[in-house]
Amino acid sequence: MSAALDPIRLRARLAPRTLARGVIAFAAFVALNVAIAALVVSGALDGEWYDFRDLGLGVQQLREWLDEQTADQPGWLTDILRSTTWLSYLVTALLGATGILSFVGGVLLVLIWVERRLIGRIQVRRGPNRVGPFGLLQPVADAIKLIQKETLIPVGADRVMFFLPPVLVFIPGLLVWAPVPWAPHMTYVDTNVGVLYLVAIGSLATLAIFMAGWSSNNHYALLGAMRTVAMMISYEIPLALSLLTVVVLTGSAQLSAIVEWQSVHNVWIVVLLPLTLFTFFFASTAELNRTPNDIAEAESEIVAGFHTEYSGMKFGLFYAVELGNAVAVSALTAALFLGGWSMFGLQEWVPAYLLFATKVAAVYFVLVWLRGTLPRFRLDQLMAFAWKYLIPLALLNLGVVAIEAALFRRWEGEGVVVLGGFALANGLLTVVAVRGWARFLGYAPEREPLLRPTLTTGVGGLRAVDRMRTTR
Amino acid sequence: MESTGIIIGFWALAGLTVGSAALVFVVRNLLHAVLALVLSFMGMAGLFLTLSADFIAMAQVLIYAGAISVLLVFAVMLTPLASRDNGNSLFALPGLAIGGAFALLLMFLAVDVDWPELRDAALADRAFADTIEAVGRSLVDRYAFAFQVASALLLVALIGAIALVREDGAP
Repeated sequence: MSAALDPIRLRARLAPRTLARGVIAFAAFVALNVAIAALVVSGALDGEWYDFRDLGLGVQQLREWLDEQTADQPGWLTDILRSTTWLSYLVTALLGATGILSFVGGVLLVLIWVERRLIGRIQVRRGPNRVGPFGLLQPVADAIKLIQKETLIPVGADRVMFFLPPVLVFIPGLLVWAPVPWAPHMTYVDTNVGVLYLVAIGSLATLAIFMAGWSSNNHYALLGAMRTVAMMISYEIPLALSLLTVVVLTGSAQLSAIVEWQSVHNVWIVVLLPLTLFTFFFASTAELNRTPNDIAEAESEIVAGFHTEYSGMKFGLFYAVELGNAVAVSALTAALFLGGWSMFGLQEWVPAYLLFATKVAAVYFVLVWLRGTLPRFRLDQLMAFAWKYLIPLALLNLGVVAIEAALFRRWEGEGVVVLGGFALANGLLTVVAVRGWARFLGYAPEREPLLRPTLTTGVGGLRAVDRMRTTR
Repeated sequence: MESTGIIIGFWALAGLTVGSAALVFVVRNLLHAVLALVLSFMGMAGLFLTLSADFIAMAQVLIYAGAISVLLVFAVMLTPLASRDNGNSLFALPGLAIGGAFALLLMFLAVDVDWPELRDAALADRAFADTIEAVGRSLVDRYAFAFQVASALLLVALIGAIALVREDGAP
């Protein structure tokens, strides 16, 4: 037995003072938790503004107070807005927007460090560990460095269209957070077209990325942009189909209602629809440009793809948006498939938004894990995977789930049995579909010899090529 | 249309829609024209939102601003003739005539039809319920046949596109 693992030596090395401090800290931690549990159980908190399990209560009381204040004194603003409660709407809108902005900003600063450390650990190195404690200030240092850098504009670039994209890609990155349900009453915009809104917002970034690649006047940037656009419009279909499957099963396109459905039936949708989760997750990694599917910025092929020519904070914005979108996808996966803020009754005790944040962090860890583990697809493989596999499978899954949803509406009475049957059937379908595809239709170069790639000469409109020829 | 906020919103969105639609044929660069068209689509979506038609607004953003615009970009990038600029349009005059006639027709309709108008109290009574549910119900109920025909048409178009571009000997 080695010295480090010897229990006797280990105890000897621990100073009695340290041991005592540890015991006291542990006892204090336990006492604090017991006190909180006693407070929760006693019911003294229920429905008060300082009930931190439901932040919505505080906002609600603030609104009521503001309504009282403004109701009996109509001012000129009141006349303009034709509503006696304008102040409460304004204040809650600002509160929500500030909350989202500060969350996204804070998360971007911390998660860059988390991602780099985790990938470092996966690749058997240390990752950033010099700036600040454990390297925690590395993202801040990076941001300061990026802001100081000069913004270069390539010769022949389309100036307006070169400056717009870093800002334009940020807008969907923030808008995505609007319908995310954090807790029972904590949703910024609880719209009943929530899922459709998400798909619509997700499709907006495509054009900004294309603008970035096209305006750079660079072959690699244009290639990266074309790859991104092709990939995004292909993977939008399985993404939308998988979201539609969830909507068909739960009978609502409102995100809070979908979480509520999982909470009422005490089941996570991932158990019922594993294939849908697979489709959704794979398609969203393609939309995110993350590693199994990051051909749009494949460093070994096309430098950095669409943002090759961007320097300084403009590059930083693209980088930050990519990371923020990954967190947003984690949040959507947690809300749609992993039960959102519900945790089989635990949400009565623990603040629901903490449960949700934990699930988001877990899904984000899986994304980082995939990035550190998997190699990159080739372009044609990726497109073929979307069109020949994911879309037919998502359609089949949608049909099966539609039948199940119709049956479920009839047999609502014995919910547990019916849902269990569905879970079994869908799990079986998933195993058969994935295994069958890998076995019979998978990538087999010995069966189909590779075609020799040919250069297409008929491609018009590549203005970047023409310009480059003329500027020389 | 009583409150000032919605009137400001309407005029701002209408200005955005019409202004960027005008940009589409004023701008010389074809890709700039595509982007102006997207801006116009977004303005349309905003106008739908002021009418409480949330489903249509989202569908407008998803289909027109998201998908059709990318299709246009592909068309511009991949067709040889599209590398010309926006200046030498073939059908400028017929297009102007048809567009003008269409605008006149719409204007006549808007003025001539006796639109039902709801005021303060009546408007507050009519709570605008889910449009998504109403749209879904009418799609599978009253307009099921039209829905099926449209989907069959789209399928034919998809297969036709594949058949057109398929090369002989490709796997």
